[in-house]
Amino acid sequence: MDGIHDMGGMHGFGPIVREENEPLFHHRWEKRVLGIAVATPVPVPGGSRSNIENMDPAFYLSSSYYEKWLHSRIEGLIDAQVLTAEELETRMSLFRNRPDAVTPVHADPDAVREELASRRPVSSPGPQADIQPQFQKGDRVRARNIYPEGHTRLPRYVRGKAGTVVRFYGIHNLQDTVMPDGCVHRKQPLYAVRFDAGELWSESAEAENAVYLDMWEGYLEPAQSQS
Amino acid sequence: MSRHSDAVQAESDAALRTRALESLLVEKGLLTTDIIDRVVDRYEKDVGPLNGARVVARAWTDPDYKRRLLENGTAAIAELGFVGKESADIVVLENTSRVHNVIVCTLCSCYPWPVLGLPPGWYKSYAYRSRLVREPRAVLREFDLHLPDSVEARVWDSNSDLRYMVLPERPAGTEDYTEDDLIPLVTRDAMIGVANIESPTT
Repeated sequence: MDGIHDMGGMHGFGPIVREENEPLFHHRWEKRVLGIAVATPVPVPGGSRSNIENMDPAFYLSSSYYEKWLHSRIEGLIDAQVLTAEELETRMSLFRNRPDAVTPVHADPDAVREELASRRPVSSPGPQADIQPQFQKGDRVRARNIYPEGHTRLPRYVRGKAGTVVRFYGIHNLQDTVMPDGCVHRKQPLYAVRFDAGELWSESAEAENAVYLDMWEGYLEPAQSQS
Repeated sequence: MSRHSDAVQAESDAALRTRALESLLVEKGLLTTDIIDRVVDRYEKDVGPLNGARVVARAWTDPDYKRRLLENGTAAIAELGFVGKESADIVVLENTSRVHNVIVCTLCSCYPWPVLGLPPGWYKSYAYRSRLVREPRAVLREFDLHLPDSVEARVWDSNSDLRYMVLPERPAGTEDYTEDDLIPLVTRDAMIGVANIESPTT
């Protein structure tokens, strides 16, 4: 979706502000949100990013990183029917009225061990015999000028622009909620595509630079088709 | 209501909401407080830019490792033991005298957690996310990094599930340094690409 989160190339956000000796967390609750987000064994329907992207734009802009995570996690758990909004409200008012209320701690050393030992397989998705990449390194391609309504990884600023395939990354799952027109399979070749700054930003481009994006094959068409 | 009390109110709302969420998940048996503690502990103590610095120092001193790292970052980084459930496939980008790479995530705040830990605030800022792809040289100047015209700036927008990390140039004057000597020279910002690594002899 073309939401406020799709920020590449926008004006108006001012200088980049860096905090000296920035702590890892600014509030204790942020740590809990990180832990909950990483460890809750419930898949969020539609993906947690989708819930963030669907936030009202003003709410998105005024929420911090961990506030967005918290919002997304709660929405996801409600959608997954793990909890209800009423339950959460009730529990919040309990803590509001009785800040010292004790919550039972379910100690579960086995679960802790399992969580700490869990490992993601390190093997990258490689080529698959039944999926032949349509493009090769050096090919001129154009990002399709499409407007997906759900979650997409095709930023606005690159649509309709021509670039060059520089690397093939193997077969990866397309993450879009709604498959772009013409795409049948989620498993698709993924490429690194180089877009020269002049192509993206025209005469306002700085000299000597380029942007590289990861492009699933369904986002691309041969460059000749529109030229 | 003043701005200040607004902020306090907002913070306590997030704190309260988080506490309520945690207590419900614990009660439902989906999580334990220890698991949350241990995940936080991991990012406070174990997973941070020191991991990336080890990868860089190894690549600077071991040409075979560097070749493997540039070919398949995920596997070469796993060789050093930096794997975990939150890991992603990592692609390593080599800076040279002609090419300077820098990473961003315009859609979100994707960042190579296994090698750099949690991202700094400015990396997640709307200013960095919006500006880097359009004016990388101006942004890098704000970081006091002035790229000569002979160096091409390459911005990598982490829009897929791959994660990028920059292999900075080894600074001059470190020819006699061992891998262990090199590790402390490598900074987080250099592995994001908003800094170069200064020569220790200048």
